[in-house]
Amino acid sequence: MERDEIKSPVFLRAEGLGYQVDGQVLLSDINFEISAGERIAIFGPSGAGKSTLIRLLNRLDEPVSGTAYLDGQDYREIPSRVLRRRLGMVMQQPNLFPGSVAENIRFGPTTQGENLDDARLKALLSGVDLAGFADRDVAKLSGGEAQRVNLARTLANKPEVLLLDEPTSSLDQAARRDVEETILSVLDSGEVTCILVSHDRAQVLRLADRVLMLEGGKLIADGPVEEVLDAQSMD
Amino acid sequence: MLSRWIDNQILLGAAQAGVTMAAALLVVAVTMRLKLGLKKDILVGLGRGLVQIVAVGFLLTLIFSADLWISIPIILVMIVTAGFITVQRIKSIPNALWISLAGISAGAGLVILVMTILGEIKQDLTSIIPIGSMMVYGAMNANALMLERFHSELASHAGQVEAGLALGAPPEQVVAPYARRAVTAAMIPRINGLQSLGIVWIPGAMSGMLLSGENPAYAGFYQFVVSGSIFVTVGITVLISIVLVRKQVFSKAEQLLIRAEEN
Ligand SMILES: Nc1ncnc2c1ncn2[C@@H]1O[C@H](COP(=O)(O)OP(=O)(O)OP(=O)(O)O)[C@@H](O)[C@H]1O
Ligand SMILES: [Mg+2]
Repeated sequence: MERDEIKSPVFLRAEGLGYQVDGQVLLSDINFEISAGERIAIFGPSGAGKSTLIRLLNRLDEPVSGTAYLDGQDYREIPSRVLRRRLGMVMQQPNLFPGSVAENIRFGPTTQGENLDDARLKALLSGVDLAGFADRDVAKLSGGEAQRVNLARTLANKPEVLLLDEPTSSLDQAARRDVEETILSVLDSGEVTCILVSHDRAQVLRLADRVLMLEGGKLIADGPVEEVLDAQSMD
Repeated sequence: MLSRWIDNQILLGAAQAGVTMAAALLVVAVTMRLKLGLKKDILVGLGRGLVQIVAVGFLLTLIFSADLWISIPIILVMIVTAGFITVQRIKSIPNALWISLAGISAGAGLVILVMTILGEIKQDLTSIIPIGSMMVYGAMNANALMLERFHSELASHAGQVEAGLALGAPPEQVVAPYARRAVTAAMIPRINGLQSLGIVWIPGAMSGMLLSGENPAYAGFYQFVVSGSIFVTVGITVLISIVLVRKQVFSKAEQLLIRAEEN
């Protein structure tokens, strides 16, 4: 494994992460370590707890047990707003705000009192293959376009880790490939570490180099893509 | 017509209430036919309404001769009861009772106090208590409307709210559009009320003054004082409540506590 030789220091570490709602355990004792620049897929059947894990990492929900460390710091000690910008999340549904594409992409920086200049807006838009879309009304976008605006909106915050929760599952085949291409080019162009949730094997093979396999709220495998997926298909 | 046969005033009142009750029961019979499923609520409402208002009538005959300060505990009881009635229907907002009590006391309490000091409410119990009750009642309804609307807006826009949070936005900013809609929803009935004042309806205060033979022109001015003051009460109540409730729907770590509802 060449990855071991160049192993960089751990950037994100989950330690005994657990979550439950009304006594029902949705995640228990999740442990993993991720280095900067890695491309991780969280893979597993529907209801395995994949979204739950991503939401915990963005701290949209509060872990009931355990914690995570970002660059060595307990993530609960980082103010939520700062943490959420560092671990940028793209949800399954675009959930765009009413208004124009540009307004959506400027949202994150604006809440920080920063102004996203036109050049960066343009760069972000062309990064998601939406050059010229700045003034379009988001209500009139196709599903694939909306999801790419969603991605650009998160990227505008310059996250260190990108959390993608099934970013293509609500799209048809053609749009899915478009968004996938966009994600790949974003990953290739930057330093961003990526955690992608997917239950599509082919997509995991195309986008990730390591897989965390979840089932019934437990982490049941962690390793290189082929290894984990092959072992998975054998049983 | 009834007054031709009954000359004791209280018995007359009871007879009149009986006629109204009979008419109301007729409505209940119809709603049962239509299977509206409201039978119990209506019967309880009618029964409680009659008993409460008559009991208050008797109580007032006892205290109208009492000291002015007694209006303070009476208005407080009204406010607390209004708070409890509000939260019966709004269970999923944390601390809804405290929010409601704060909003209603600030709105109704302040307006009643200022009006009494300025002499817009006559400084006697026969004025303070009924006019005060109108303020508390208006505040209660507006506050309940606002909370209910705010909750349903958040439940149906949880995705967008969380998208905003996930982008690092402050909770107050993320919920601002829904807070605005909730406040608007609570104010609209009052705005409609002011617009239709005198044309579509002649409200209680003026009706009372007309019934007791006051100068109709003065009654008109005074009705505006009352309606305008209810509007002010509602405005203060709703604004204070929204500022408080906006914080309650998030945890310390700025997580949305309202569960999404699929629509
Ligand atoms: N707020 C909640 N209250 C109760 N149960 C919940 C809640 N959120 C999620 N669950 C349950 O927890 C389990 C894991 O949910 P989660 O959304 O994390 O699964 P997932 O792996 O993302 O599935 P999918 O692939 O379908 O998106 C599911 O059984 C789900 O019904
Ligand atoms: Mg999911």
